[in-house]
Amino acid sequence: MSDGIGARVKRKEDKRFITGKGKYTDDIRMENQAYAAFVRSPHAHAKVKGIDASAAEAMEGVVAVLTGAQLTGDGIGNLICGWAINSKDGSPMNMGPWSALATDRVRYVGDAVAVVIADSQKLARNAAEAVVVDYEELPAVAHADRALAKGAPQVHDNAPGNLIYDWGIGDDAATQAALKGSAHVTELHVTNNRLSPNPMEPRSAVATYDEAEDHYTLYTTSQNPHVARLVLSAFYNVAPEHKLRVIAPDVGGGFGSKIYIYPEEITCLWASMKTKRSVKWTSDRTEAFMTDAHGRDHITTAKMGFDKDGKITGFHVDTVANFGAYMSLFSSAVPTYLYATLLSGQYDIHNIYCNVRAVYTNTVPVDAYRGAGRPEACYLIERMMETAAREMGMDPAELRRRNFIQSFPHQTPVIMNYDSGDFPGNLDKALKAADIAGFPARKAEAAKRGKLRGIGYSCYIEACGIAPSAAVGSLGAGVGLWESAEVRVNPVGTIEILTGSHSHGQGHETTFAQIVSDRFGVPIDNVSIVHGDTDKVQMGMGTYGSRSGAVGMSAIVKAMDKVEAKVKKIAAHVLEASEDDIVIEGGEVKVAGTDRKMAWHEVGLAAYTAHNLPAGMEPGLKEGAFYDPVNFTFPAGAYIAEVEVDPDTGVTKIVQFTAADDFGTIINPNIVEGQVHGGVAQGIGQAILEQVVYDEGGQLLTGSYMDYAMPRADDVPFYTIEHNTTVCPNNPLGIKGCGEAGAIGAPPAVINAITDAIGTNDLQMPATPARVWAALNAARAPMAAE
Amino acid sequence: MATISMTVNGKAVKRAVPDNTLLSEFLREHLRLTGTHVGCDTSQCGACVVHVDGRAIKSCTALAASLDGATVTTIEGLANGDLHPMQKAFNDNHGLQCGFCTPGMIMSGVDMVARYKAEGRELTEAAIRHELEGNICRCTGYHNIVKSIQQAAAEM
Ligand code: FES
Ligand code: FES
Repeated sequence: MSDGIGARVKRKEDKRFITGKGKYTDDIRMENQAYAAFVRSPHAHAKVKGIDASAAEAMEGVVAVLTGAQLTGDGIGNLICGWAINSKDGSPMNMGPWSALATDRVRYVGDAVAVVIADSQKLARNAAEAVVVDYEELPAVAHADRALAKGAPQVHDNAPGNLIYDWGIGDDAATQAALKGSAHVTELHVTNNRLSPNPMEPRSAVATYDEAEDHYTLYTTSQNPHVARLVLSAFYNVAPEHKLRVIAPDVGGGFGSKIYIYPEEITCLWASMKTKRSVKWTSDRTEAFMTDAHGRDHITTAKMGFDKDGKITGFHVDTVANFGAYMSLFSSAVPTYLYATLLSGQYDIHNIYCNVRAVYTNTVPVDAYRGAGRPEACYLIERMMETAAREMGMDPAELRRRNFIQSFPHQTPVIMNYDSGDFPGNLDKALKAADIAGFPARKAEAAKRGKLRGIGYSCYIEACGIAPSAAVGSLGAGVGLWESAEVRVNPVGTIEILTGSHSHGQGHETTFAQIVSDRFGVPIDNVSIVHGDTDKVQMGMGTYGSRSGAVGMSAIVKAMDKVEAKVKKIAAHVLEASEDDIVIEGGEVKVAGTDRKMAWHEVGLAAYTAHNLPAGMEPGLKEGAFYDPVNFTFPAGAYIAEVEVDPDTGVTKIVQFTAADDFGTIINPNIVEGQVHGGVAQGIGQAILEQVVYDEGGQLLTGSYMDYAMPRADDVPFYTIEHNTTVCPNNPLGIKGCGEAGAIGAPPAVINAITDAIGTNDLQMPATPARVWAALNAARAPMAAE
Repeated sequence: MATISMTVNGKAVKRAVPDNTLLSEFLREHLRLTGTHVGCDTSQCGACVVHVDGRAIKSCTALAASLDGATVTTIEGLANGDLHPMQKAFNDNHGLQCGFCTPGMIMSGVDMVARYKAEGRELTEAAIRHELEGNICRCTGYHNIVKSIQQAAAEM
């Protein structure tokens, strides 16, 4: 089937977006809609001594001013982190209370203390300015290393020393011993810079309370509307699940930041009940920088030992992770089970130990952002490999080759069991595509132009297809991470797929239709994908962690298995053949080896007319399935960045970027390559441009696109993309996932290239022109003095 | 309040709106043309780009009242019947993912191709990337957006 698996089908969903007919949350307008504006703390840390809303309440068009005291008084619960992590000593993590509207203390700039509901957005915002909050400022701490220092300001009373947990994985003593006996040890101190995910669509929510039905409807910018409903019901007591419908319509990107259920959505729902008005809130970009969960923000010291042949002997890692002021929904899992468990990288390492201390600071909460933990792991390992190769005078490709895992399954010392891969093959493919042989000539040519040309590698692995429910449950997850699907074949043979996955740019309306087309031979235009509405779709866990292909599509396959079984029974009955002889081919249901057949739609019709079904069979043709993965999946690849640095200005130009990825089965190469493009651009952004900056007192200095450098079109090149597929043995389609690879693999490749160009390893992200220039000149200084 | 008359997507419109109404608000809230998006508050992202009297502008940065009498084209009005070559090119080249930046990208793309054509200049890859300085996309890494504009430039 030309529209089936592997076809470069153009996206079905594009039409509405390219004609301006997409329907995003902020495009929705309800009857009788009011607008919310939040009163936010200008202080990083303060006591709230009083709120005087009288002036705001007296303003024309103001419907209500609501505070945290009223919210908690109505029984709305605190926000929670859904993954329990214990410290090494067995003690539970220290989760501080987080109310959607702060009552007694604010802990970061932007922490909301009240909400104004008014007839227009402008009125609401003006009135929010008129709410007078009496703050008593407290000392604040913004940076992770300072938060652990003696005498640092305390963010939460129940987290002494600002420590949330002190967690470890692996064998500390054995790893230390291995390092001692090593021929060479490389030590690195790296920061993984704090980032703002920045989907282009700001968060938005429209909440409506139907008094007659005692029922709520929430339109919201979510990657997982069912998870939102679950959390809003079970933990925040907004309404029980059957009284709450959550709809995530077209969503303009997420990258993790739209997984979480934020104070604003909770408040809008509650305010709609309080005011008996639909309540809409749409973030502006400044508010997004202030309140969307940030990503990364690790400080790490690590040592890697090698024997005389360059084989890794041990890897010892000590990381401090900044969680911000409150524990966001999945925050605790990111620097533990999504980070430390990937520290074996693509290498056969027998001794690994990682210690992680998670700390509170007076900054916005930090949680998963594209890659979530895996970029931090990959950056550390791949900077380590490149640096070690330079120190030992080895070719960095050769050092990696000597350590690659070659056979599967492979059990690492840090939980993960890799199921498949071809790491040397990925690297070979990338080296060839990047024309490594021509690099010396390109470098010499650049030198003639006064430019320093450098090349850097990165061999990444990630754990995707999140995740086997029982396994993550045993590690502390509060939810199962299966996916569900329903396949409805209509009487005319067209098909609806209801999925718990959510598309916010991933193109599910096309790729999910392709696997159905591939299986049943119906054109993709006869398949529609229904998602993003808890009233329509039975259940779902949503889209993040590169799970829609590996987990979401697997659920569809399981439901299709059931449909196929029933189709075969019906056809066998009608065609008077044995079920085993029925085949589905080219949109027809046939008796193999004969000319007896039914058109696909005739089977659909037979199922619904029910005039001639096998004895005892229920009418209809609709099946559902839940799929729970048996393992993570392990996409892996090799990335090569080539850069030119201007030694006079420190400006880095990415001149070539090559990716060779193993994503398992590819449904639509256009879409997969698009995911790599976008991920790589975000990775380049992290490497050379992006950095959320808080000053020592916790004031946010990067609150707009004037201060936070987003990758723009002339910051990136055309990318060269290669595929080196090994099929995932653990799910029905053999898919590994592709959504995060670029953001994971790109940063170390870029930094390895820049450090190669400038001849020093001492460089932190983002490698801004000022930093590159300083590093270059620090490296040159001793020479100048000679 | 200001009473504003405009021709929007070929239709005459007239609305009384507060003086401080931005063109983006006028289009989205008063005319309910929600294809024009707002992605920032500092005139940086370009999600809001529309054509005013034949020139691309950021509608979040213009007061509607200052454009009384203007002729405005938004993404909804770009095609007449068939897709505009730029719209088609974005579909052909997978030039969009979440679609949020897309209306602005398409409107900027149409404008740059027209300008370079009028000035007899070649719209190279480097020129496209430079011209997209004011349009941010977080999804596509720009690769397929540049390809889309290249294709449309050849066809327009
Ligand atoms: S909304 Fe106009 S430039 Fe961002
Ligand atoms: S397609 Fe999502 S921001 Fe460009």
